[in-house]
Amino acid sequence: MNEKILVILPCFNEADSIIHLIEEFIAFKVETAIQFDILVINDCSTDKTSLLAKSAKVPVIDLSINLGIGGAMQTGFKYALQNKYDLAVQMDGDGQHPPREFQKLLNGYQLTKQNIIIGSRFIDNEGFQSSFLRRVGIKYFHWLNRLLTGKSIYDITSGFRLLDQSAIALVAANYPDEYPEPETLILFSKAGFSIMEVPVIMRERQGGKSSITNFSQLYYMLKVTLAMIFSKIRK
Amino acid sequence: MFRIQLITILVNFLFLGYIAYLIVKGKLREEYAIVWCICTVILLVFSFWRNGLELISRLFGIYQAPNLVFTASIFVVFIYLLHLSVVASKLQDQNKKLAQDLALLKELLNKKS
Repeated sequence: MNEKILVILPCFNEADSIIHLIEEFIAFKVETAIQFDILVINDCSTDKTSLLAKSAKVPVIDLSINLGIGGAMQTGFKYALQNKYDLAVQMDGDGQHPPREFQKLLNGYQLTKQNIIIGSRFIDNEGFQSSFLRRVGIKYFHWLNRLLTGKSIYDITSGFRLLDQSAIALVAANYPDEYPEPETLILFSKAGFSIMEVPVIMRERQGGKSSITNFSQLYYMLKVTLAMIFSKIRK
Repeated sequence: MFRIQLITILVNFLFLGYIAYLIVKGKLREEYAIVWCICTVILLVFSFWRNGLELISRLFGIYQAPNLVFTASIFVVFIYLLHLSVVASKLQDQNKKLAQDLALLKELLNKKS
């Protein structure tokens, strides 16, 4: 295995979980001897996220203004493109995605060489499954995505993904600002990229807050639906 | 000349003067001033030419002239608001790109030092 791999961790006020997560990664690295770099994107946190990550000797990109998850993620992809990484793995900075699950994505990539590998909760239905309402929403987006792209992606909102070089180049140039996951699937499909899901086990978040609160769920559904349809229509 | 005509003409000139002042001071960019200037000039024309409003209203089949004023001005305001949303979206995009490039540069500098 000689690909240059970057793990991108976008963080907004994740001081509670960041150190633990980085330690887990380092332990995982020692255990499996997989070579990869970690990059923390600090989305203008108001707590000690950046300091803590730097004290753990991890490169940190400090955004001067809060860009939201999409803008932060894209910064990581731009970094991956500039530094010529072969693979980029996007993960949540809140510990929802356990570092050891990252190996499953990598294995999936090595076996199939698809452009995008998505870590899915809903193949083996193991681990944290999210609330009932969320699952209804995910079902709806699964259906909408199938309607628009003809492909079945079950864990459509999963932010646990591996991208190869051509996919990195695409998202570095064009990435949605808010709730990017479902929308990017349309972009990938229009670019003709191949996508595969592999089963992973997710945890409940270890600390911090979800970017999708109860009050904004309706807005989320509406915004993402529009974004997906317009992404499809856009040339 | 009616009193109301004098008042509107005066207000119009004051408004034009204020726009000119903002441009001179560099607080308003010319491209946004154009719309305001055109609107003021139209208002000015109808302040002088009172029958014009009646005439045009009849042309559009509107019975009461003031309704033309309301419809037209609301329409213009909507279009302009949409334009401002476009401007804000563009600024947000540029802002995002700047923040990202700046953050990436900062990281590069840290690595070098």
